[in-house]
Amino acid sequence: MHFSITAGLKAVIEGLPYILGGVWVTLVVVVGALFMGLVLGTLLSIAHVYGNRVLRGLTGLYVWFFRGVPLLVLLFLFYFGLLGALHLDLSPFFVSIVVLGLISSAYQSQILRGAILSIPEGQLKAARAIGMSDTKAITFIILPQAFRLAIPGWSNEYTIIMKNSAVTYALGVAEIMARANHVAARTYQHFWLYLLAGFIFLILTYAGTKLLGLLQKRVAIKGYAR
Amino acid sequence: MSEFLFLRNEVAPAMIRGVWMSIKLIVPSAVFGLVIGIITGTLRVYGHAVLKSVANIYVTLFRGFPLLVQLYLWYFGLARFGIYFSPYTAAVIGFSLCSGAYHSEYIRGALLSIKEGQMLGAQSLGFSKTQALFSIILPQAVRRALPGCGNELIYLIKYSSLAYMVTCIELTGEAKILASLYFKYMELFLIAGAIYLFLVSIATWILNHVEGWLAVPGFEPPRT
Repeated sequence: MHFSITAGLKAVIEGLPYILGGVWVTLVVVVGALFMGLVLGTLLSIAHVYGNRVLRGLTGLYVWFFRGVPLLVLLFLFYFGLLGALHLDLSPFFVSIVVLGLISSAYQSQILRGAILSIPEGQLKAARAIGMSDTKAITFIILPQAFRLAIPGWSNEYTIIMKNSAVTYALGVAEIMARANHVAARTYQHFWLYLLAGFIFLILTYAGTKLLGLLQKRVAIKGYAR
Repeated sequence: MSEFLFLRNEVAPAMIRGVWMSIKLIVPSAVFGLVIGIITGTLRVYGHAVLKSVANIYVTLFRGFPLLVQLYLWYFGLARFGIYFSPYTAAVIGFSLCSGAYHSEYIRGALLSIKEGQMLGAQSLGFSKTQALFSIILPQAVRRALPGCGNELIYLIKYSSLAYMVTCIELTGEAKILASLYFKYMELFLIAGAIYLFLVSIATWILNHVEGWLAVPGFEPPRT
């Protein structure tokens, strides 16, 4: 039984450039999914808060489905099931972004829904009273405030997606985890390489939450503390 | 008719096996996770300085690493040091330690939200610090932490699917194997997804009621 840290360190140092290349893949997957989740989630939350009963029921069903089914099952369902049934040929990379984005949209819609509901109802009424249409009032009065309030929730959502993105390795996306595995298969230093992958994820989540904290300070409206 | 026979002879037994395995993964992990979470959370608030920082490092690492990385470390990584876990053991250890770290955050928050005066009051009545902690502070804190811990349990149900990645064949694994065998991916993953949805919905319903059952009458009514 080899118990040498030097061999592990050697594998880590040699594999580092290759594994760090996966950071870009991970970041594109995460940012893509977050962005897709933001766009869809915003629409869903508006439909859920201001929509009629049918819309509310449909968005509720959507959120229930995507929050209740595990990521791995959804990845397999979309990649092996749906693409096969539709005779589509899309890359695992693309499917991963879509699936993570769909799941994230369900969570983000709930984050934003909470933010919208926390804005006093009187604001919408006042906007209507000075002649704004519903759409205008929501776009220019409610959403700008709700987005600011939702930043801490998003920061959480970012860390969750970042960590979940490791699961896309199951479809063969060449992100950090997959690359750590490639190097481990060659050098047999599984422990040290997975540890390295873990720390890269730790740094990425930490940096991301710091950046979002800065963003929150930056977009805060002066003298309008909440 | 052949579809029905396929469902009855192939799908149903596999799914039942899978669900049973998933439950065998989820229940012990949930219990160990909660115990680890309560101990760690308490240490992080009331522990000795050294224990406190050890607990903090544990929580940072286990919340910061993706669960998949943790499972791989337990199952494939530790083999380097001659420690061989079965897929099942590795999965339960991974789930317990990861959800323990998350639970400890909720417990810690709840402990901090209990007024300091309660500890002082208990001590002035002659309780030792440990006694006060176990019979005054923790019973209240655990109740307050329930919504958060409940969410974590729901996550655990969904993350139990990752056990498939360390070759512990549970619901997702059974579905994957059968799907590759008969090339019926769509159907089998929809069934597996529906079962997970069912499990999650039942757990949500139970957790919503647990808050009510555990509520002390006339004291902090649970949010509805």
